Amino acid sequence: MAKSIAGPEIERLIQLLAKLPGLGPRSARRATLQLVKRREQLLAPLAAAMATAVETVKVCSTCGNIDTRDPCTICADASRDHSVVIVVEDVADLWALERAKALNAAYHVLGGVLSPLEGIGPDELTIRQLVERIAGGGVKELILAVNATVEGQTTAHYIMDQLAGMDVRITRLAHGVPVGGELDYLDEGTLAAAMRSRTAM
Amino acid sequence: MVVDETAAQDNAGAAVPVRLTELRLVDFRNYAGLRLDLTGRFVVLCGENGAGKTNLLEAVSLLSPGRGLRRAAYPEMARGGASGFAVRAGVEGAAGPVALATTVRADAETGSFARQVKIDETPARTADELLDHLRILWLTPAMDGLFTGPAGDRRRFLDRLVLTIDPAHGRRAADYERAMRSRNRLLADGCRDERWLEGIEAQMAELGIAMALARRELTGLLRAIVDAADDTPFPKADLVLSSGLGEDALDRPAADMEDALRLSLARSRFADAAAGRSLEGPHRADLAVFHRAKAMPAALSSTGEQKALLIGLILAHASLVSSMGGATPVLLLDEIAAHLDAGRRAALFDLIDGLGVQSFLTGTDPNLFEALGSRAQHLTIRSGTLA
Repeated sequence: MAKSIAGPEIERLIQLLAKLPGLGPRSARRATLQLVKRREQLLAPLAAAMATAVETVKVCSTCGNIDTRDPCTICADASRDHSVVIVVEDVADLWALERAKALNAAYHVLGGVLSPLEGIGPDELTIRQLVERIAGGGVKELILAVNATVEGQTTAHYIMDQLAGMDVRITRLAHGVPVGGELDYLDEGTLAAAMRSRTAM
Repeated sequence: MVVDETAAQDNAGAAVPVRLTELRLVDFRNYAGLRLDLTGRFVVLCGENGAGKTNLLEAVSLLSPGRGLRRAAYPEMARGGASGFAVRAGVEGAAGPVALATTVRADAETGSFARQVKIDETPARTADELLDHLRILWLTPAMDGLFTGPAGDRRRFLDRLVLTIDPAHGRRAADYERAMRSRNRLLADGCRDERWLEGIEAQMAELGIAMALARRELTGLLRAIVDAADDTPFPKADLVLSSGLGEDALDRPAADMEDALRLSLARSRFADAAAGRSLEGPHRADLAVFHRAKAMPAALSSTGEQKALLIGLILAHASLVSSMGGATPVLLLDEIAAHLDAGRRAALFDLIDGLGVQSFLTGTDPNLFEALGSRAQHLTIRSGTLA
């Protein structure tokens, strides 16, 4: 173990920052140094913003999104088409879809995927809330935007089963040729998936 | 005569010859550091027992997906307590020269070893991308009991053969395995949620049928190669695949077979829960090999005959990979020569020569490779260094 180069308050800051995704111990040191050097301009406002966030962050009771209000900004947005609901595994996926401005619709965040190996069952996810939401009416289309992994597809299958007989159109994201992709560079599995989900032009 | 040469190349399938031109090892097994320029199509490695001949082949085998020809754990491969190792190679391939690297490093916090693959210094998304540049086949003494040993070894052998012509097979097999373990866990926990089980079984059915079809395709293609080949000192083998799906007719539409597998999984939940594993499925597949001329199961042939059958299979597969992928594979043949009489040995060298592949051969006795003469690059290894 290396010897400390700063007091325990600063070491603690470095340790915590190093736990953030994308930051290792080295970049955590650089970030910490920047913060303590610019105490008034950076550190104090950051500490205040974080304290506020701790107080206000909550999970949206409608869709499972994380925001500072409930219903969340997206659920409360009247300009969105709330008859279309995109089901995602995680808030990160919601943010990715929003960044892409893919569709001006509502979301439902599952909070993970079914995984017996990791002890995650239906009760750990927001599947029951989703079923209630659909049963409540007003949703015409449900888009399953889960990952193309074994667990993701199992979860999609499970949700489809739960909604069987309800008056809602269920779709999933296309699997296939990436935008800008060249056919002769794609693996056979991707090509076969793209061929299966071809669309009319 | 230029025209004739082109015609001969066309007959050979016009596969682009792929070869390693340079190999560099850091902290791998008993190699602290090694830099090796490879000049020939035959690379002969001689040295005493324990000198590190097989280690060098293992290093090369890590330039393909999976854990290499010993299927060892990464910490075992790091030299005496080193916190990682690296295998780098320059490859002259289908699309010009490329640098392939597998580096394994221990995580500073958790201590677990993680592998990173780089292609031309760019991190690859998965190790499967190595197959775009290099396809490696190997035969080691550990495979001697393949025909008489457990079905799991033959299944793994078969899946490696499939992987070299169908890179998606590895992902498929790993996903199937994960789905199956999920189902076993649910059954063991006494899960009553039928829909969850159905969801997992649907995944198993889709992946399982795709796996079974890929394996069947490979055995069919190999059979065609064996049928078309001339007689050699290595007897022809017949391959009979049992899919593990109960009935072996895989000729219905894939969607029907998926439905059938899903239903059969749903029906066997009770029995599987009692057994603590999934009793039926492509994970139970087996490959039966027969000596064609003698119409005899390979398992009943003599030890020497089994070895010859296995060599014949690998050579047939090498020729399949060349004709399917348009590029030749690289062969790693560990301690092969010692088991063959002089006649078969010379025939093996000529067959490899005819395939146009690069091969790495090991042995304790340099005299075994005399028939290769100047066709080979002869290297002597002494405790992890080139002598």
